[in-house]
Amino acid sequence: MGIAKKISIWLAYLLLLLALPQFSDSILAISIYNQMAIAIIFALSYNMLLGQGGMLSFGHAVYFGLGGFLAVHALIMIEFETLYFSIIWIPLIGGFIGLLAAVFIGSFSTHKAGTVFAMISLGIGELIAASSLIFTDFFGGEAGVSGDRTYGPPLFGIEFFQDVEIYYLAAAWVFIATLFMYLFTQTPAGRMANAVRDNPERAEFIGYSARRIRYISFCAAGLFAGVAGGLFALNYEFITEENLNAATSGRVLLMAYIGGLGYFIGPILGAVILTLMNSLLSNYSDLWMLYLGIMFLLTVLFLPRGFAGFIMMHQIAWLNGSLKNLAVPYIITGVPAILFLVGGIGMLEMSHSEEEIFHYLGFELVTASLVGWISLTVMTLGALFAARMSLPQLRDAWEEANSLSQTEGES
Amino acid sequence: MLEVFIFATLNGLVTGLLLFMLASGLTLIFSMMGVLNFAHASFYMLGAYFAYSISLHFGFWTGLIFAPLIVGCLGAAVERYGLRRVHQSGHVAELVFTFGLAFLIEEAVQFFWGPDTKNYQSPDLLDFPLFTLFGQEFSAYRGFMIGISILIFIGLYRVLTRSRIGIIIQAAISHPNTVANLGHNVPLIFMGVFGVGTALAGLAGVIAGPVLTTFPGMAIVLGSIVFVIVVIGGLGSLAGAFIASLLIGLLQSYAIASDVGMPDLLNLLGISFGRDHMLNDLWTMTLPQVAPILPYLLLVLVLIFRPTGLMGNREE
Repeated sequence: MGIAKKISIWLAYLLLLLALPQFSDSILAISIYNQMAIAIIFALSYNMLLGQGGMLSFGHAVYFGLGGFLAVHALIMIEFETLYFSIIWIPLIGGFIGLLAAVFIGSFSTHKAGTVFAMISLGIGELIAASSLIFTDFFGGEAGVSGDRTYGPPLFGIEFFQDVEIYYLAAAWVFIATLFMYLFTQTPAGRMANAVRDNPERAEFIGYSARRIRYISFCAAGLFAGVAGGLFALNYEFITEENLNAATSGRVLLMAYIGGLGYFIGPILGAVILTLMNSLLSNYSDLWMLYLGIMFLLTVLFLPRGFAGFIMMHQIAWLNGSLKNLAVPYIITGVPAILFLVGGIGMLEMSHSEEEIFHYLGFELVTASLVGWISLTVMTLGALFAARMSLPQLRDAWEEANSLSQTEGES
Repeated sequence: MLEVFIFATLNGLVTGLLLFMLASGLTLIFSMMGVLNFAHASFYMLGAYFAYSISLHFGFWTGLIFAPLIVGCLGAAVERYGLRRVHQSGHVAELVFTFGLAFLIEEAVQFFWGPDTKNYQSPDLLDFPLFTLFGQEFSAYRGFMIGISILIFIGLYRVLTRSRIGIIIQAAISHPNTVANLGHNVPLIFMGVFGVGTALAGLAGVIAGPVLTTFPGMAIVLGSIVFVIVVIGGLGSLAGAFIASLLIGLLQSYAIASDVGMPDLLNLLGISFGRDHMLNDLWTMTLPQVAPILPYLLLVLVLIFRPTGLMGNREE
C-alpha cells in the first residue's frame, strides 16, 4: 500500500468520526457513539495483547478500571481545586495509571505466554476486583465513585455540559489512540511481538528476549486500556467495581474475538457490533445476551478469524474479479440461513413471551396455540434443510472463485 | 475457641472435598487435552439445575443418579461437536471456546429456569443433626456430602490406577499416538474422559445445590476458585488437586471463622494510625474480610514462584 493510500484511509477515518453526529444527533445516538469510542480504544488495546502478542488475558479490565477510577478522582480534585487543568487531559491520567499498573503487573506476569499468563491475568483480575470492594475509600464500594466534568477550565468556551461535546473530545482521542496503536504495530517492537507470538523460540535465537518483547506490548496495552478508562470516566462521570471485574474483561475478549484478532480493523468492527447489539438489541429483547453467547460460540467454531477475517477471505476472489460469481450462491444459501435465524429467534422469543399474543415481525402468533408453534417449527427446520442442501454448491463456487486466481497467477 | 476450630475444620473439609470433585475432572481433562475447561463450573451448575427439576417430580435420589448422567452426555457432546473442531485452531481458540460456552450456559440457564434462586431442598431423609458438639449441630446432609466426596475420590483413584481402562487412559494421556497404534480409539477415550469429568462436576452440583443455593451465578462463584485449585495443585496432577482443594477449603473456612486482623497486628507491633489516615481501609482490614481474595493471592504467588504448581511437573 502506498503512503498516499494509507493517508487517505486515515483521513477517511477521521472524517467519519467527525461526521457521525451529522447522521443522527439524538441523545441515544450520541450516547451510543460515545460507548463505541470507548469500546474501540479498549478492544484495540486488548488486541495488542492477544492478537499481536499472543497473550490471552482474562483480566484486561483491571487497567481500564484503574485508569477510570484515577480519572474520576482527578475530576473530583479539579472540582475541589486541588488540581486545575482542562479535562481534555483526563484520558492521559487514565493512561498513565494503566501504564503504571501494567509496568508493575507485567514485570512478573509476562514470563510466559499461554496458559500461565492467562491464569495470572485471571488471578490478578479477581484479586483487584475483590480488593476494590474492601478498600472502600478509594473504590467507593459497590456504589463506586462519581465526579463532575464541568468544573474544569473551559476550552474555547466549551464547558462539556453536553454529551455531544464529549463525543468530539472522544473522537479526537479515538483517532489519536488508533493512530498510535497502528504506528506501534509498525515499530520493530510491534513486529517482534508478532514473531514472539508465532514462535518465541526462534525469536530468542535471533537475539530478542521474548519476555521483554511481551513486556513492552503488555505495557502499551495497559496504557491504552487506561486511556479508554479515562474516557469512560469523562463520559459517565462515575465508575464502579463492575468496570474492573471479570465481566468487563470478558466483554472486551468477546469484542476483539468477534471482530477478528489477526487484523488491525477487527477489534474496531467488534467494538462497533457489540456496542450496537448492547444498546439497540437490549431494547427489543431480554434474551440479547443469549444471542450474543450463541453468536460468539458460532464465531469461534466457524469463523476463527472473526468478522474481519471473513471479509478478508474474499481478497483473492476480489483481486481477480470473480467476486461477482459468488453473489448468486451466497444469496441461495443466505436467504434460507436468514429464515432459519428468524425462525429460531422467533421460537426462543415466543417461548419466553408471557403475553397471550406474541407480535413478531408484523405477525400475531398466539403463544398457547399449536398452530403458531408448528408453522414456526416447520419454517425453521425447512430453512435449515434448504441451507444445508445449498452448502455443497456454495463450496464449489467458492473453490472455483479462488482456484481461478491460481491459474491466472501462474500464467 | 476449640469449638470454632473444629467446626471451621469440618466446614473447610466439606468445601474442600466439594471443590475436589470439580477439580479432579478439570485436571483430568487438562492432562488429556491440554486445555483448561472454563465451562467446567457451568456443568456443575447444570447438574444442580437438572437435579432440581428432577427432584420436583421424582425426588432427590432420582436426581442424584440421573442429573450427572445427563450432564455427562452433554459434556461428551460438547467435546465431540465443539472442542474437537476448535482443536485445529490451537489452544487459545480452545480456551476461548470454553469461555464462550460458560457464558452461553449461564444465559441458557436463565432462559430455561429464570434468573431467580431455586428452592432446591436436601432430602427429608437426611434432615437431622448427625452429632451435636458444644451445643452446635452438624447436619447429616453435610456428613453425606463428605461421604460421597470421599467415595468418589477412592473410586476415581482405584479406577485410574488399578483397572484396565484406567491404565489405558493414563497411557493415552502421556502417549496418545502409541495407544492409538495399539488399536485403541483415542478420540473416543478423550470424549469419555470429558464426559466423566463433566458428570463429576454435575454430581458436585447435585449435592452442593441445596447447601450453596441454586442460582444462575453459582458457576461464577465457584468457577474461578476451581481454576485456582487446579493451577496451585499443578496442572494435570490429581494428587496436587486433592491437596490444593483441601488447602483452599480450610484456608477460607479458617479465615472466615477467625477474628484477627490488621488492628491486632498493629497492636502487637505497637503502631497506631489515626482514623483519617490515608490507608485507613488497610489498617482496619480483618481476616474474614479478605477471605475471598486469599485463593487468588495464593494463585499469583504460586505462579510467580513455582509456575508448575505444588505437585506439577508439566512445563509448557
